[in-house]
Amino acid sequence: MEMLPILRTLRRNKLGAGLIAVQIAVTLAIISNCLSMIQQRMQWMDRPTGIDEANIFEMTNIWLSNPPDLKARIEADLAALRSIPGVVDVEATNSSPLTGIEWHWPLGKQSNHDEFIAWTAIYPLDEYGLTTYGLKLNVGRWFTGSEVGEIRSGEVKIPGSVVITQSVADGLFPAGGALGNTLYFQHGGSSRIVGIIRKMQRPGDVSGWGNPWREYSIFIPYQYLNSELMYVVRTKPGEQATVLHAAPAKLRELTHDRIIRDVQPFAQIRRQAERGNRTTTVILGTLAALLLIITAFGVIGLTMYWVGQRRRQIGMRRALGARRSDILRYFHIENLLIAGFGCVLGVALGLAGNTWIAAHLEIHRMGLAYACSGALIVLVLCQLAVLWPALRAASVPPAIATRGL
Amino acid sequence: MVGYYLELAVRSLRRNAMLTTLMVAAIGVGIGASMTMLTTLVVMSSNPIPDKSSQLFVPQIDVTGYGSEHHEIGALPWDLTYRDAIAFTKAQGGVRQTAMYPLTLNVQPAQGDPFQASGRATYGDFFAMFDVPFRSGATWGRKEDDTRANVVVLSTSLADRLFPRNDAVGRTVSLGMRDYRVIGVIRNWYLTPHFYDISSGTFGASEDFYMPFSIAVDRQLAANEYGCDITGIPTGWQDLLDSECPWIQYWLQMPRPEQVRSFRSFLDNYAAEQQRLGRFKWRPITALYDVAGWLEYLRVVPDEVRINTMVALGFLIVCLINAIGLMLAKFSSRALELSVRRALGASRSDLFLQCVSEAMLIGLMGGLLGLGLTAAGLAALRWLRGIPSPDSAYGHLLSLNVEMVLITFVVAALTTICCSLYPAFRASRVEPGWQLKAQ
Repeated sequence: MEMLPILRTLRRNKLGAGLIAVQIAVTLAIISNCLSMIQQRMQWMDRPTGIDEANIFEMTNIWLSNPPDLKARIEADLAALRSIPGVVDVEATNSSPLTGIEWHWPLGKQSNHDEFIAWTAIYPLDEYGLTTYGLKLNVGRWFTGSEVGEIRSGEVKIPGSVVITQSVADGLFPAGGALGNTLYFQHGGSSRIVGIIRKMQRPGDVSGWGNPWREYSIFIPYQYLNSELMYVVRTKPGEQATVLHAAPAKLRELTHDRIIRDVQPFAQIRRQAERGNRTTTVILGTLAALLLIITAFGVIGLTMYWVGQRRRQIGMRRALGARRSDILRYFHIENLLIAGFGCVLGVALGLAGNTWIAAHLEIHRMGLAYACSGALIVLVLCQLAVLWPALRAASVPPAIATRGL
Repeated sequence: MVGYYLELAVRSLRRNAMLTTLMVAAIGVGIGASMTMLTTLVVMSSNPIPDKSSQLFVPQIDVTGYGSEHHEIGALPWDLTYRDAIAFTKAQGGVRQTAMYPLTLNVQPAQGDPFQASGRATYGDFFAMFDVPFRSGATWGRKEDDTRANVVVLSTSLADRLFPRNDAVGRTVSLGMRDYRVIGVIRNWYLTPHFYDISSGTFGASEDFYMPFSIAVDRQLAANEYGCDITGIPTGWQDLLDSECPWIQYWLQMPRPEQVRSFRSFLDNYAAEQQRLGRFKWRPITALYDVAGWLEYLRVVPDEVRINTMVALGFLIVCLINAIGLMLAKFSSRALELSVRRALGASRSDLFLQCVSEAMLIGLMGGLLGLGLTAAGLAALRWLRGIPSPDSAYGHLLSLNVEMVLITFVVAALTTICCSLYPAFRASRVEPGWQLKAQ
């Protein structure tokens, strides 16, 4: 076996081998953490909100004068929007998934309303809310026109009936039986659960600490009345672009006493909401890729140097009967030893570093799987990097052994 | 002598172009990546108003009771209630002070569609306290604050949008269906971080207009946000003013330590008195921060940026280890040349110096490459975040400045020299003529 001579050679080149091993260890520690963080963010980004994202667009409408006939004006707007061909349904509300601003009415216990049990966001929606957002009802029913009241910005009016998401139902009633049960709000008052929606993300930021509460949405049967509000428009497939252009003009036909802004398809809202996470993903991904390249450079450089240093020994081995593949194998095994040592060190360093950062900053704990898959990537890369210098070594002619003696 | 060494270095570097390129690339990429992230971190965590950092103070008082019950100073509301802000204003604890709040109003231009603009209701002291530069006109004084004058100060961008051809000062602008007289236009100005109120974004833009606090409250102009979640929602404007909702930012300028001390005791006495009067069931915690303390308290630098910087620094470390290894290889491969020089009479320190000057050359080239990569990296970050130009509040965080360029070069040169010390030392230990014998 060739192990012994390799080890002996490495002992003579402790410094170079040690440096490469440390470099590999630090590289691995960093890229495994990067991989873990990237994967986390990918998960945050790809999550569907539960609404019919492809066919929804939204716009913000602001009344200039504070109109006394707000309700009539909003109803006229909604009717005008519904009359545009291609529109499925329209809703006037305060916020939507991924828009960031939300009302939260935290839930309390039956025995003690003040005792916090869930961080819930509320959506004031009327009887058209279900079809406008394209939500899926798991059990129960949606609101009927007769139970829909009115609510103004900042008002707290606990309604008689609410619809909740499956997520809230599972969280509050793990044994089941949420439908028909009661919710208690910290503001005081309680509501009966009349329906359960499969999925609807809350409007606020759901990455990081908000993640466990991401679908804690509660729907309350109200028409939202405010001088600034958001119109959510769902169109038939393929008709979004035409309706999106027609809608602001249609509203201005009614009155010019308004500002219409942020007319944008939901896809665009999603892109904006994901911008921060995407930036981080790109930064970490680029750094990790560059780091791997640099480390590969280091391996190539140092091995080239060793090859140059050992030309005569290689020539001698060749003269004594070693085949080219033996020389090739020698350098690959040598590299495997160094990189393997570096990887063991790197896995430990990566996990320790992750623990340390997690204690200070908001990042998720990295699983051993990430460290190991990172190690595999690094090992393969090092083997590839060593190939070129090793080939050069293998091409050293046996005759070199006889020179200079 | 150094000139001769540099000449030798150039020759040696050209002889082994492959290894040289690897070294310069490794150092350049390392410097580029770490300086890109470091620039963001340094600008984000820098003090936006260094001259006045220890003069400007923000008081806190626990009106929600949460922080006082849990002995958690981090849980205190950032803003004051209206009644506390007015009580503090009456006390006149600093040489200047201002209560203020952010608001959004509809602007009706003479021609064209109306649009929204974000502004701030504040006292006239604001401009002097935060060193706001004026392009034309001036601020209002205490008289206008007291008489609720119909005046407004505009930002450059809003002034130019409304009055593209003339100076805006002296003209009338319609905000929220009411007319205000423009008395000043400020120059392009932003504080990063936007420390006096981070509710509209820590690194966000400055306001488009400023109007007297007294008239804004008088006309019941709604603030962008009220912290009423915990304290219960008020039903009308007067109810809001009397409520425990924290929504007013309050800053004081106190240049002298005795003013700070006396305001601190005023604050404590005030809190105790309010408890005695039955307003609070708890003994409210109070706090007073200067700008540096406030920035630390708010933790303005996002964790993302800290993590990215850490990764980038780790990256630099890897690049440097890499550089040491490559230099070791490079210098050792020149053992023959060096031993000849030794045999011809060069001392060890001569060889050492020769190796270090070669390393310095590599460092400088790496630094140059790194600088280019830093500029490219920052441009890429701006593009990723959708910021069109570096001359905006956020773009300013992601652009190179002179200090960072200098720092980049110093870092590049120093680190390469440090990395070269040991390899150069080893190389200079070569036995004179020993290598000659072997050949």
